[in-house]
Amino acid sequence: MPEGLLGIEELDRGQIEAILQRAKHFQPMQSQSLKKLDTLRGKMIVNLFYEASTRTRTSFEIAAKRLGADAVSITASGSSVTKGESLVDTLNTLAAMRPDAIVMRHAASGAPHFLARHLPTPIINAGDGTHEHPTQALLDARTILDRKGKLTGLRVAIIGDIAHSRVARSNVHLLARFGAEIVLCGPASLLPAELQHLAPGVTLTTDIRTAIRNADVIMMLRVQLERQHEAAFPASEYFRFYGLQLGHLDLAKPDAIVMHPGPINRGRELSSEVADFQRSVILNQVENGIAVRMAVLEKVIG
Amino acid sequence: MAALLIRNGRVIDPASGTDTTADVLIEDGVIAGVGPDLRSPGAEVYDAGGMIVAPGFIDMHVHLREPGFEHAETIESGSRAAAAGGFTSICCMPNTKPVNDSVTVTSYIVEQARKKAVVNVFPIGAITKGSAGEEISAIGGMKAAGAVAISDDGLPVMNARVMRRAMEFARAYDVPIIQHCEDLNLSAGGDMHEGAQSVRWGLRGIPAASEDIMVSRDLILAQLTGARYHVAHISTANSVAMVAFARKQGLPVTCEVTPHHFALADQDMAPYDSNFKMKPPLRSSPHREGVLYALARGTVSAIATDHAPHPGSEKMQEFERCPFGIIGLETAIGLALDHLVAAGRITLQRMVELFTTGPESVMRLGRGTLAAGAPGDVTVFSTDVEWTYDVNQSASRSRNSPFDGRSFRGGPMATIVSGEIRWKR
Repeated sequence: MPEGLLGIEELDRGQIEAILQRAKHFQPMQSQSLKKLDTLRGKMIVNLFYEASTRTRTSFEIAAKRLGADAVSITASGSSVTKGESLVDTLNTLAAMRPDAIVMRHAASGAPHFLARHLPTPIINAGDGTHEHPTQALLDARTILDRKGKLTGLRVAIIGDIAHSRVARSNVHLLARFGAEIVLCGPASLLPAELQHLAPGVTLTTDIRTAIRNADVIMMLRVQLERQHEAAFPASEYFRFYGLQLGHLDLAKPDAIVMHPGPINRGRELSSEVADFQRSVILNQVENGIAVRMAVLEKVIG
Repeated sequence: MAALLIRNGRVIDPASGTDTTADVLIEDGVIAGVGPDLRSPGAEVYDAGGMIVAPGFIDMHVHLREPGFEHAETIESGSRAAAAGGFTSICCMPNTKPVNDSVTVTSYIVEQARKKAVVNVFPIGAITKGSAGEEISAIGGMKAAGAVAISDDGLPVMNARVMRRAMEFARAYDVPIIQHCEDLNLSAGGDMHEGAQSVRWGLRGIPAASEDIMVSRDLILAQLTGARYHVAHISTANSVAMVAFARKQGLPVTCEVTPHHFALADQDMAPYDSNFKMKPPLRSSPHREGVLYALARGTVSAIATDHAPHPGSEKMQEFERCPFGIIGLETAIGLALDHLVAAGRITLQRMVELFTTGPESVMRLGRGTLAAGAPGDVTVFSTDVEWTYDVNQSASRSRNSPFDGRSFRGGPMATIVSGEIRWKR
C-alpha cells in the first residue's frame, strides 16, 4: 500500500510531531507577499470530493499550489459518478492519469481505506463519513500549540454530535497520543458509551457544564443534520442544552480557547457572541489548515 | 450399481455411538455395512487410512441463488462447492428470484438439483409470500414438492401475529420453522456489530439486542404454538442462553452457529473489508465466547455455513454499500477442526455430531447415519492434512470469503454421495 494519510489512528506521536513541526515552518509564509515554493513542482494532486466542502477543498488546493504542485479538483456532481460509475472504477480511471496523490472526501466511512488497498496512488483522507478527518485534527493541534505551547496535560472538551463526528474521532486519537485529558460531551443519543474506549484519557458526559469546567480548550462541533438518520435530539432544544454561551466560559480556565471546525451555525452550536469572542481561534484554525496540509502533501509526495 | 469400499478409516458415527477403525461398504447407493475387514469383490476401494470416516455432512443453511441470481451461484456450482467442503447434503434458503414461496419454484429447484447437483439439495420454502412477512405461503404444497422446512431467511418475520400463525401451520405440517432473528427497527442502517469497533470505525451498528429481542419473542411464540422452532445463525450470548433455557423447559427449539461466528469476532475484521460483512455481524469477543460455550454445552444442534455468494462487483464497494454475506462451504470443516477441536472446545465426536445427527434432528432428511440401509453418503476428512484456501480456485461462482489465503491443518478428503465419490482432495 502506498504511503498516504488515511487517519490519525495509524500515526505515532513522532510522525504527528514531525508534521506539526513542518507546518510551523510553513506558517510565516502564509502572510508573506510571495507565497509560492517549488518543492512539489511538476507534481499533480487530484482533489476528489464526493461531499460538499468549501474550506477543506480550497485549503488543499491552495496548499498544493503554494508548494508548486498542480491541483485539479473534482466534485461528485457533474462527474462520471452521477453516470453510475462505481467508486473503484472512478478511482482506477483517475489513477491511470498518474497523479502523485489523490485527496479524497467521501460520505462513506472507510471509503479511502478500501481504495488504498486497490490503488497504486497514495490517498490523503480529507474526511470519510463519520470516521476520521486527519488534517482537521492536525490543524487543530497546530492551533492549540500556537496558543498553549503544549498538548500534554491539557483538558480538552469536545462538545456536540460526537457519534457522527469524524473531527472528534481524529482529535481524540491525536490528543491521546500526547496525554491530553479529553472530555466528550453531547446528548446521550449522540454519545455512545463505547467512545470511552477510543483512546486513553477519554471521559464522557452529557452535561455541558461538567465538560467545560477547567477546560483549556473548548472544541465545538457542527450539528450534522445530514448524518443523523433519525431525530436523535430535538433540534429545537439543542442550543438550550448544548449550545456554547458566553456565560459558560466562566467555568473554563481563564485563558481557555474556543475552537470550531466550521462551518459555524451561529445560534445553534454557539452563540454569536462566542463566535466573535476574543479567545475564539476559529479563523486561526482556517489559516493553519493551509500550513498543515502543505506539511502533509510534502510528507506524502515530497 | 457399483460398490464402494472405504477401508481402514477411523469411523465416527454419532448415531450409533461408533468410534473405531473399520471399513465402510456402500452397495447400490446405500450403506451395506460397517465393520472390520469387509470384502466386496469388484468394489472400488478408497483407502481412508489415517482419516476420519463419518456420515455425510449436512449443511442446513446455504444460499444457492438459483433461480434469479445465477451470476452469483447456481445449484450446480453451489453443490460443487459443497462437495469440495465435505458436505453431501445442503438445504437451500428461499430468497431466490422469484422467492421460493410456491410449489412451482420448489419443484424447479428439486428438478435442477436432480439434473445438475453433485450433492443432495433440499429446498426450504418461504414462510410468507415473497418473504414479505405478511401472507403465509403455500406450506403444505411446498412440503409435498420437497421442501424440508420454512424460513424467510435474510429477513425476519417482523409481525408477531403472522409469526404465530406461521408456527401453527409449521406444527400442523410438521416442518421446522427457521427464523433469521433481527428486529429490523433496531438494526436499521447498521453495517456491523454495534460496539467499540463500530464506534471506532464510524460505522453504524447492529446491536446484539436486535437479535435477542426477536429470539425472545419467538421462543414465547414457540411455547404458545408448540412449533419446532429453529434459530438460524445464532450469534449472541443472550440468545444462546435463552435457547438453552427454552430447551431445558422441554420446548422443541434448536439453533445453529456458522463457522465465521465461532472463528471470528469483530476485532478480527480487516478494516472496511466487505468480506467480513454479514448478518448477523461478527460479534464482539464476549458474544463469540457465549457461542463457543453453547457449542460445547450442547445448546447448539448444528454448524451451518450460511454460504452466501455475492459477485465481486457487489463486494468491491464502499463498506456500507456492500451486500451482507460470505461464502463458507469449503472452509467449514477446516475452521471447525481448528477453532473447536484443536482449540479444545469440543471433541471430534461432538464436531461430527454438529455436522450430522445434529442438523438431521432438526431437518429430518433421513440421513446423518451410517446405519445399514441408510443413504450411502459419507464424508471422509483428515485432522492433519495441511492445505491453504485459495478462493480463486473455489468451486463457487463467488469469491467473497474472509478466509482466502488461510492455511489449515485438517480438512475434507473425500465426499461420497450415494456411494459415488463426488469430490476428493
